[in-house]
Amino acid sequence: MNRQLSTSHPRWAPYVFIAPFVLIFCTFMVYPLAQSIVLAMQQTFGPKTTVFVGLKNFTDLLADRFFWLAMRNTFVYAVATVALQVPLALGLAMLLNRPKLRGRALFRLIFFSPSLVGIVFVAMMFGLMFHEREGLVNVFLRVVMPHFPREFPWLQRYVMPALIIATLWMSVGFNMIYFLAALQGVDRDCLEAADVDGANAWQKFLAVILPAIAPVTGFVVLLSLLGSLQLFELPFILLNGPGPENRGLTVVMYLYQYGFEVGDLGYASAIGWTLALVLMGLTVLQRLLSREQ
Amino acid sequence: MAVTHTATQRLVDWLLYGLLLLCAAVTLIPFLYLVCSAVKTRATFFSSLFLPPGNGFLGIDWRGLTLEHFYILFTDPSLGFGRAVVNSVFYASLSSVLTTLCAAMGGYALAKFAFRANRLLTALVLASLIIPGSLLLAPSYQLIYRFGLLDSFTGLILPGIAPAFGVFLFRQALLHTVPLDLIEAARIDGCGEIRCFFTIILPLVRPMLGAFLLITFMGAWNSFIQPQIVLQTPEKFPLAVAIAQLKGLYGADYGLLMAGTVVSIAPVMGLFLLLQKDFIAGLTSGAVKG
Repeated sequence: MNRQLSTSHPRWAPYVFIAPFVLIFCTFMVYPLAQSIVLAMQQTFGPKTTVFVGLKNFTDLLADRFFWLAMRNTFVYAVATVALQVPLALGLAMLLNRPKLRGRALFRLIFFSPSLVGIVFVAMMFGLMFHEREGLVNVFLRVVMPHFPREFPWLQRYVMPALIIATLWMSVGFNMIYFLAALQGVDRDCLEAADVDGANAWQKFLAVILPAIAPVTGFVVLLSLLGSLQLFELPFILLNGPGPENRGLTVVMYLYQYGFEVGDLGYASAIGWTLALVLMGLTVLQRLLSREQ
Repeated sequence: MAVTHTATQRLVDWLLYGLLLLCAAVTLIPFLYLVCSAVKTRATFFSSLFLPPGNGFLGIDWRGLTLEHFYILFTDPSLGFGRAVVNSVFYASLSSVLTTLCAAMGGYALAKFAFRANRLLTALVLASLIIPGSLLLAPSYQLIYRFGLLDSFTGLILPGIAPAFGVFLFRQALLHTVPLDLIEAARIDGCGEIRCFFTIILPLVRPMLGAFLLITFMGAWNSFIQPQIVLQTPEKFPLAVAIAQLKGLYGADYGLLMAGTVVSIAPVMGLFLLLQKDFIAGLTSGAVKG
């Protein structure tokens, strides 16, 4: 037994401390988790009436073109946001990690500030920023590119780029914090040795920094992937639903629509399990890859 | 040679500093745009990007600005925004305090006590971290319905106050920072278990406590899907849900919508500025070392 653990306590003590957690955890986490397996094999009409349908939900799901559209949208969004935001976050962290930088704490605070805004409120802000004629984004683009069209229907036609831009604004600074912490852990001696050997900045970055921060990079990639694959609020608020031609339909939004607008919690659970298996698969994959390193 | 080297070095430094400033501007301008949009009248709304130009002080048309949107938000009974602010404060405060207490107590039990279920519970807590929240939406809605807790704050708060993530975080923090000798010395001095927890253990993890309180407060304040599913009466809606309703009803009244957004994000921003040191320390200590 671990010597760090107390044995001189009254027998009841640990149970009293753990009881509230265990009680609520079992009721609202373990039980619903088990129940979701049952639900996934039922069809429901609201929370009351249920009918057993076996694996029909899953076979329906495989043939459901809206589900596949949602999957496609979600994956396009997730891959694009992760591919863009991880390098951007690392770049920002590198800029902030330069020695003798003035105002580092203030910059860090500024870059982190969008993460304080709830995703619903981010959607509210970008609803106006993406206004097709007078929104900030279009006015800015017209200034930078004189030939940019007078009207650019972001939320009518270019839904995915709009979602990605909003996400980048919101979450680059958050991921930057992880990279900043990792960069501060990079071995100074190694960097100095590279300097002595005459390595330039790019070589130092590839040979010393990148390998040293690989575990944190893996963690950030996984975390952002898991987050963006569960995208819901941003398009739901920004587009008032799935958007024109379902261009903003995501898997969790489809789950929400089926479970809480149509009222079929069974089909919603089948969608939930399909997504959960994908997410768990990614987590396991990331664990295996990081162990190999 | 050495002179040109430092000269290029300085140029590079300035360029990178400029890049940093540009990034900071890109980050801050949406906030500026939001605040400006919230105080412009309907007549001046699209006439300028930020504040309307005019002959007034600083070249701004001050008469084109107004606090009317805020006034409407709080006085129009059909909007009920004041009510939503109160709901959000209540919901976020209560759930963050309960969540933090529950997580700290659970983490303490797992970190410092030898008891039969310890290993099993620790494994369970770790395993549950992999479960995505969206999977539980449908079954927990059904459960809340069966408990008769739909459309109640209990149904909204109770399911969220036992996060495995928090228990794990506190377990890790307590494992290494609080020596067992200290707890045992307190016991010999006749300090009861409960008192020992509140007067000795909790103060020792104060930064972590502050960070976790803030994280959970912001999580509840910003959460949308849970209150959207559980609550039905508009009088009970927190800000995130109320503003979504507002957007549905007054989608084109941007001044009003932006004023509502300002009201919704300002409290969290203020709270964060007050507590930011604790927060960033706590955030990275838990995540990167673990």
